[in-house]
Amino acid sequence: MVSMLDRKLGRDLWRLRGQAITIALVVACGIGGFIATHSTHDSLTRARDRFYESAHFPHLFADLKRAPDAITHTIGRIAGIAQFQTRVVQDVQMDLPGVIQPLSGRIISLPPDNSGMGRLTLRKGQWILREGSDQVLVNERFAQARGLEPGDTLQVLLNGKRQALTVAGIVLSAEYIYATRGGGLPDDEWFAVLWMDAKRLAAAFNMEGGFNSLLVRLEPAASEAAVVRALDRVLEPYGGRGASTRSEQISHKIVSQEIEQQRVNGTILPSIFLAVAVFILNVVLHRQVAAQREQIAALKALGYDDRSIVLHYLKLVAVIVFAGIVLGIALGQWLGHYMTRMYTAFFHFPQFRHQTLPWVIVASAGAALGAAALGTVQAIRRVVTLPPAQAMRPPAPPAYRPALLERMGLSHWTTPAVRMIVRNIERRPVRAAFTVLGIAGSVAILVSGTFWRDAVDYFMDVQFQRAQPGMIYLSFVEPLGPEVLSEVARLPGVVRAEAYRSLAVRLRHGHLTYRAAISGLPAGARLQRAIDVDRGEQAIPPAGLLMNARLARKLDVRAGDRVWIEVLEGKRAVRQVQVSVVFDELVGLNAYMDAAALDRLAAEGPRYNIAALTVDAARRDELLARIKTLPRVSAGIVKASLLESFRSTTARNLLFFTGVLTLFAATIAVGIVYNSARISLAERAWELASLRVLGLTRGEVSALFLGELALMLAAGIPLGFLLGYALAALIVALTHVEAFKIPLVILPRTYAYAGLTVVAAGVLSALIVRHRIDRLDLVAVLKTRE
Amino acid sequence: MSAPSRDEAIFVGRKLTKVYRTGEQLVHALRGVDLEIYRGELLVLLGPSGSGKSTLLNILGGLDVPSSGEARWGEHDIGAADEARRTRFRREHVGFVFQFYNLIPSLTARENVALVTEIAARPMPAQEALRRVGLAERMDHFPSQLSGGEQQRVAIARAIAKRPEVLLCDEPTGALDYETGKLVLKVIADVNADLGTTAVVITHNAVIAAMANRVLRLADGLIASIEINAERADIETLRW
Repeated sequence: MVSMLDRKLGRDLWRLRGQAITIALVVACGIGGFIATHSTHDSLTRARDRFYESAHFPHLFADLKRAPDAITHTIGRIAGIAQFQTRVVQDVQMDLPGVIQPLSGRIISLPPDNSGMGRLTLRKGQWILREGSDQVLVNERFAQARGLEPGDTLQVLLNGKRQALTVAGIVLSAEYIYATRGGGLPDDEWFAVLWMDAKRLAAAFNMEGGFNSLLVRLEPAASEAAVVRALDRVLEPYGGRGASTRSEQISHKIVSQEIEQQRVNGTILPSIFLAVAVFILNVVLHRQVAAQREQIAALKALGYDDRSIVLHYLKLVAVIVFAGIVLGIALGQWLGHYMTRMYTAFFHFPQFRHQTLPWVIVASAGAALGAAALGTVQAIRRVVTLPPAQAMRPPAPPAYRPALLERMGLSHWTTPAVRMIVRNIERRPVRAAFTVLGIAGSVAILVSGTFWRDAVDYFMDVQFQRAQPGMIYLSFVEPLGPEVLSEVARLPGVVRAEAYRSLAVRLRHGHLTYRAAISGLPAGARLQRAIDVDRGEQAIPPAGLLMNARLARKLDVRAGDRVWIEVLEGKRAVRQVQVSVVFDELVGLNAYMDAAALDRLAAEGPRYNIAALTVDAARRDELLARIKTLPRVSAGIVKASLLESFRSTTARNLLFFTGVLTLFAATIAVGIVYNSARISLAERAWELASLRVLGLTRGEVSALFLGELALMLAAGIPLGFLLGYALAALIVALTHVEAFKIPLVILPRTYAYAGLTVVAAGVLSALIVRHRIDRLDLVAVLKTRE
Repeated sequence: MSAPSRDEAIFVGRKLTKVYRTGEQLVHALRGVDLEIYRGELLVLLGPSGSGKSTLLNILGGLDVPSSGEARWGEHDIGAADEARRTRFRREHVGFVFQFYNLIPSLTARENVALVTEIAARPMPAQEALRRVGLAERMDHFPSQLSGGEQQRVAIARAIAKRPEVLLCDEPTGALDYETGKLVLKVIADVNADLGTTAVVITHNAVIAAMANRVLRLADGLIASIEINAERADIETLRW
């Protein structure tokens, strides 16, 4: 048996359906966003952690030149090491039929039984069966990008000899969840990771009885730093480059950055959605309760107690919020699935399913319900506590006064219509402020959610147009003498060639150390430059180090301080050098030195391991074909191809996120504008209909009414720009990524897009309300008091 | 007081009917009303609630159209006009006075009048309209600062400021006490006399009928009687 109060509830809901739906949608956006980002965050974290566990992902990684297997006894005695594994890793050039650009590969030796650390997950084909065979396993991303299947062959330059290798199987590796040669851009089309029988690989590179790479797992209580120090001591005589931790491992770093990004986005944006939803609910409720003041008094007079009346309104809110929650969960699941699927284009896990943990749903639904309930109780407490007799009398008539502008003496030029608008806003300053704030909020969401496009463009411009304006970058298998520059310059089609040295070092300041590479740039280098965050070129000081601020912070150094440099290759010199200049750079923890100064530091004479080229486009293919045959080139990177594949993936993702956020922000804007319009229409219908009776046309009355909304949009949008900037700055500040700085760049196009979207949402809401103004009942107005 | 012309009918209504549908029921509010309104007269429409007097006033004011029949103000066929033309008609020719004043609370007395004079063709200044209703001193007060009677006088000033052809007053004293009500009626009578504005007052208060030139009694959607007052009563003498 449905009680009469519940029947009233049903009818009130039906009457309020437009408002109820918009509120439920805003709640749904908040909950959907929260669930989507958090579940994606959780799914990524779980997929990564599970993969690491099943693959026995190492804690430490060490590269060296070559060490004999005999030293494994010494390594085994280092306290804190639970398990270790030696291997051979070689970077090679590769070739596939029909691919003009040079491809790079990293060949890694595979223990016979895929045991130990870094074990692979076979996705297709089979393990390498025959010892010493020319078969390889290929990482799945490259295989997919290039359409490779088991049985296909690859041409690989093995120690200068071209060799055909057969694909036995396709695998996943925890070390290469994200595979890149180091630039941070997705590199799947150009970079392959291959695993080969250990004996065969050792034979090809004269590494029998030795190794050049070491993986370590630590005991639970071990001190990472202590083990690193001990390992470095053992490996130093063998060309050790210094052991690195997971946090320096590139795939781990990129996956973790992405997880971090999800965490930040998942916290900030949905909180705003929920806050806005609660605000609208609150305003609508205040209005409902105020309008039903006499009904509430009558209910009380009839003997209903305060509790059942409060409960009645709580139910009204609960129905709306609950609908929003159900919709939000569905939206969150769909969005989370989509985002998870999107990540599978970048990250490869053996098991990567989208999963929503119950706490995420419970927390977001609880927050929405709790906040709504609080708002309800607040809204109706004042009315419920009135004695019935007093509540039955209509509230005092609205008192107006001249608006601030008029009190300042600026009224003579305004028309009565403008005065009506301004006084109405001034009479309910809190509500007007909230409406303006809500509008500003939706603009801010759009600005802070879509500025990524500007940031990425800026980043790409700094990194690839200004810092590295060359067209092709070559890296060499080892540092080469000065003659390499003239050799490279003579290659077909080369217009300009430059060569540099990147020197692996350990920097030490006080007790702080950091493994880094110092780039040696010759005076006048044009294809490799140091560019600051404001896109200015930073001159390389003739003596001393040029260090970016991120690295300086890591080592706690300021310009003028001296740091110890331990060179980790060649003669392994140890010298104290002054930090001449510290500058702000977008990416990495980098140090630069004048090329001649770096050569003196390395004490090897001029040596180069990187070359940059600009090329005559007409002869590009001829050049690329030649590069593929050069035995001492480990990788040839064609910048344009890399950028192209980056742009196409990012563009798709940015488009999706922009679309989702636009929909969300528009929902909020409509929710705010439509609801405040409906509420003030309900309050002023009588007044507006009176004006119609007096002979004002529909258009004139609509202008009077909607003018108020227009004014609030006009105030809310610029405020939204400011808030959006602040919010973007907050997101940037909260994203703790050591390796780069998100440039806080917001272009006019982003502001324009946000502003126009919200204006469109406002116009849409206005049109819906306008329809209602057109249908005001003029006859009824004459007979009823408001 | 000059006697209004009996020959010049500025409004002619013929066989006016109005049928509403409320839910499943048809309500016959007007069942065939014939009436004329003469230039300059003060006409009182008298009748109990449900008699059809409000419906008739709505048709006279161009707020509503008859279901059948003819309604014409001079050359304006408002019985057949669309919504936009009726709005235009109200704007140019009709001054409304409502039972609940219907002032805009966010505008002062003067601004409430100015709201209408701004869109009228040849209005009188707002100050003059307010002076005529005796509110020159309280022009810059907001409705919430005025008494009921004062608010109703502002409404009358607003109605006459556009120099309308007809002043339509719907229960103008309905929400007022006795003394204030009389003051408001006197203002209406003065406007009728001084400006020559035709005035139609609808009321259920039979006493008010004494101030009219003619009294039309409506009952059950039909005109029950038409009386012509040979002698119009002084409002001061009215008692109810």
